[in-house]
Amino acid sequence: MSKRVVVDPVTRIEGHLRIEAMLDDTNHVHDAMSSGTMWRGIEVILQGRDPRDAWAFTERICGVCTTVHALASVRAVENALGIQVPPNADVIRNIMFLTQYVQDHVIHFYHLHALDWVDVVSALKADPAATSALAQKVSPKWGLSSPAYFSDIAGTVKKFVESGQLGIFQNAYWGHPAYKLPPEANLMAVAHYLEALKWQKEIIKIHTVFGGKNPHPNYLVGGVPSAIALQSDNAINMERLNLIRDLIPRAIDIVENLYLPDLLAVASFYPEWTKIGGGLGNYMAYGDLPQNGIGDISKFRIPRGVILNKNLAEVLPVDLIDPGQVQEGIAHSWYQYPAGQTALHPYDGVTEPNYTGPQPPYDQLDETKAYSWLKTPRWKGNAMEVGPLSRMLVGFASGRTDYKDVVMEALGQLKVGPEALFSTLGRTAARGLETRLCAHWLQDEFDQLITNLKNGDSTTADTRYWSPETWKPESKGYGFTEAPRGALCHWIQIKDKKIANYQIVVPSTWNASPRDAKGQLGAYESALLGTPMADPKRPLEILRTIHSFDPCLACASHVIGPDGEKLAEIIVR
Amino acid sequence: MDSNRQSSTYSVLHQHGVDRRAFLQFCTAMAATMGLEATMLPRIVSAMETKPRIPVLWLHGLECTCCSESFIRSSHPITQDVIFNMLSLDYDETLQAAAGEQCEEIRKKIMTDYKGRYILAVEGNAPTKDGGVYCTIGGRTFLDILKETAEDAHAIVAWGSCASNGCVQNAHPNPTGAEPVKKIISNKPIINVPGCPPIAEVMTGVLTYILTFDQLPELDRNGRPKMFYGQRIHDKCYRRAFFDAGQFVEAWDDEGSHKGWCLYKMGCRGPSTYNSCSTVKWNNGVSFPIGSGHPCIGCSEENFWDNGPFYHRLSSIPVPGIDSTPDAVGKTLVGLAGIGVAAHLASYWVRRASGKELPGGTGPTEKPAEHPAEKE
Repeated sequence: MSKRVVVDPVTRIEGHLRIEAMLDDTNHVHDAMSSGTMWRGIEVILQGRDPRDAWAFTERICGVCTTVHALASVRAVENALGIQVPPNADVIRNIMFLTQYVQDHVIHFYHLHALDWVDVVSALKADPAATSALAQKVSPKWGLSSPAYFSDIAGTVKKFVESGQLGIFQNAYWGHPAYKLPPEANLMAVAHYLEALKWQKEIIKIHTVFGGKNPHPNYLVGGVPSAIALQSDNAINMERLNLIRDLIPRAIDIVENLYLPDLLAVASFYPEWTKIGGGLGNYMAYGDLPQNGIGDISKFRIPRGVILNKNLAEVLPVDLIDPGQVQEGIAHSWYQYPAGQTALHPYDGVTEPNYTGPQPPYDQLDETKAYSWLKTPRWKGNAMEVGPLSRMLVGFASGRTDYKDVVMEALGQLKVGPEALFSTLGRTAARGLETRLCAHWLQDEFDQLITNLKNGDSTTADTRYWSPETWKPESKGYGFTEAPRGALCHWIQIKDKKIANYQIVVPSTWNASPRDAKGQLGAYESALLGTPMADPKRPLEILRTIHSFDPCLACASHVIGPDGEKLAEIIVR
Repeated sequence: MDSNRQSSTYSVLHQHGVDRRAFLQFCTAMAATMGLEATMLPRIVSAMETKPRIPVLWLHGLECTCCSESFIRSSHPITQDVIFNMLSLDYDETLQAAAGEQCEEIRKKIMTDYKGRYILAVEGNAPTKDGGVYCTIGGRTFLDILKETAEDAHAIVAWGSCASNGCVQNAHPNPTGAEPVKKIISNKPIINVPGCPPIAEVMTGVLTYILTFDQLPELDRNGRPKMFYGQRIHDKCYRRAFFDAGQFVEAWDDEGSHKGWCLYKMGCRGPSTYNSCSTVKWNNGVSFPIGSGHPCIGCSEENFWDNGPFYHRLSSIPVPGIDSTPDAVGKTLVGLAGIGVAAHLASYWVRRASGKELPGGTGPTEKPAEHPAEKE
């Protein structure tokens, strides 16, 4: 008889996610449901507002991937108004983007994902001297690795556990048979959990310099708000640039000598997880990091494309304005469409809430009915995975040498082939490898800013179309980016100087979507199939695969009209 | 949990290898964060030496997790000290290792073992429409869970503008009926810590004040700690002199923006926003929105999303009718200080007309909008 495992709340994610997994007689997952259990209505709230304010509203969709919606939003408005931002604005936005990636990916690994692989309580048995030897072998260039250092950490863990107040570590899955790390590796990881927690607040100061604060730094339609004036003590000047310049080498050090060595060390103990959690095998990236303006896709550092059925020999083009490509269905979502409609492009999106789930409190959802606040986006009818693995595969399959080099080096160290990437561990590794590229790109973008300044260009905003008096009576536009969690796009329609319509399709909607009308599972659901569970009451294996996607449910929960009005009728230029 | 096993903050720090000198430095930094006199230091030291770690249940409703992200950016005290040494963060969906049923077990256990003694921290707010189906956790509505967890809490800390004021999902037309904690819970002390998000050191400052002095901070009429929300950003803004001199940024990337002049004409909400941004600043004092060239959007004020558009100057904000002086408005009617600005600017015009204005400024190019109250 089929057993049903319910994980709700899924913790160490952003937002509210529920997973129900059905197990066969051997405790392998044979069916799974992913349900987004929150909805806030940001797009509805945007109606009738000043388009120049939209970035601030949409930025509040998510405070973990803060900035990404602000960036997509200002790009959408600029696209609608015909604004091309100055080169410095693109460079500064790229610096913000890369800072976010490096910080967010490191936090994800150590603070959201690591406890799926690291047994904190097992660290109690570690020998500090042996841990020191392990740490020096894993990462010879990382300084904090003496026996005394690990002895201190071991003492900290011991006393903490003995205090009887385990805080965020209580009632977890310690001692679970799926944990495979030796005590020394666990102790090393606990030490690095604390080091990463201390560091993440430093790198993010780059956002504070340009955006005034983090989380939720400020953006601006037409450029960036922070003026550059090298001869002023009250704008971006040498002191501000030095603050940033000093943070970048430390970020590279953390990524190269802490994150990546830890990632590869942990991965080497879990080879079976290169065969679990692959899922759909369809990958999509919109691309980002413009080097010649947002209109020149060919010059993006992160390339655009689609890979189907794990076929790395072919990268298909993506067209966000083709009504036959991106479509959203609602077969298993708590919405309704007009009679006869099953899947709609964001041009023609109709969103009308229709909660048909069980009245809370409830024990389980029904996979044959609607079961999520997430819609079901599909690309040419295919369920797609988005995120770091998709971006790395698109870069790799596009023949980019920078991507190939970091991927092949890591695969070589783990002694596995490229097929290992199609897995839970592959997804987790791809995030680390991407962070490596990003840390170095951060230096490159900073150098580009200095080059621009040397060449006498310190312009940061184009204000010609700032005044609504300059706008056409009606305009439409779209803005895309690659959020840390995957491909993101905003569509806006402006009428009489106000937002007439706003539509967002976000990464975690692609990944966490429910099954579609044809019964094709979403990316999370598909990735869970075949997962073995050693102890179904303690769902550690489910958490591993779900966390490998880095879920963000505040982003994913789609927006609907409160009274079922037609919300989206958008023409993208 | 056996209360005999509870240890004081100092004893845990000591166990963690923190020596007496470092501990005293830590207490001094805490005192500085809270703006306390040096003479208060012995009291902090004493409190930290003797008090057990108070359990905190941190719930998440309709939110974006920016409050949690801000919290972990705290520099003094650092987050590691707060969550491992000072309090016991027993339930927090963002950071805790356990998931699903194991989470729920923790919440129930702490509610029982520490009845009346735990702190409930709330990030986000509760949708109240349609029975609360717009946010469920473990098959129950967040609305239910919030009410249940509040029942035996010692006090509630409402993190950020969502929990304090409603924030973005509560903006017009509030599709889910999202309501802040104060609209749902009425029988418990609620400390509102608004901001989108609040400043990290303000968040840890509020918690450590409670732990250190065993009392809730003094609150203003909106339930905000006076120690961090007692004054307007404008009052303490380092660009204030440019406002007084009539030197304003008139366009993005113009000469005024290069010189760091006042952002009032670009829509700055500093004159009507009560927060510590211009004193504590952000991310360990690196900057704050005005310092990086963008106007304050007033993110710690009630209904700030509906007081836009953000880039329109303050005097056009519609506010309820009131007849008072700018200073009285500022001191007593939190969030209504837009009037004060209109009057402030009007007095500037009087000075300018009388030839007493400082030279060099471009000054406002138009007269302040009519008194908004007159429209009401």
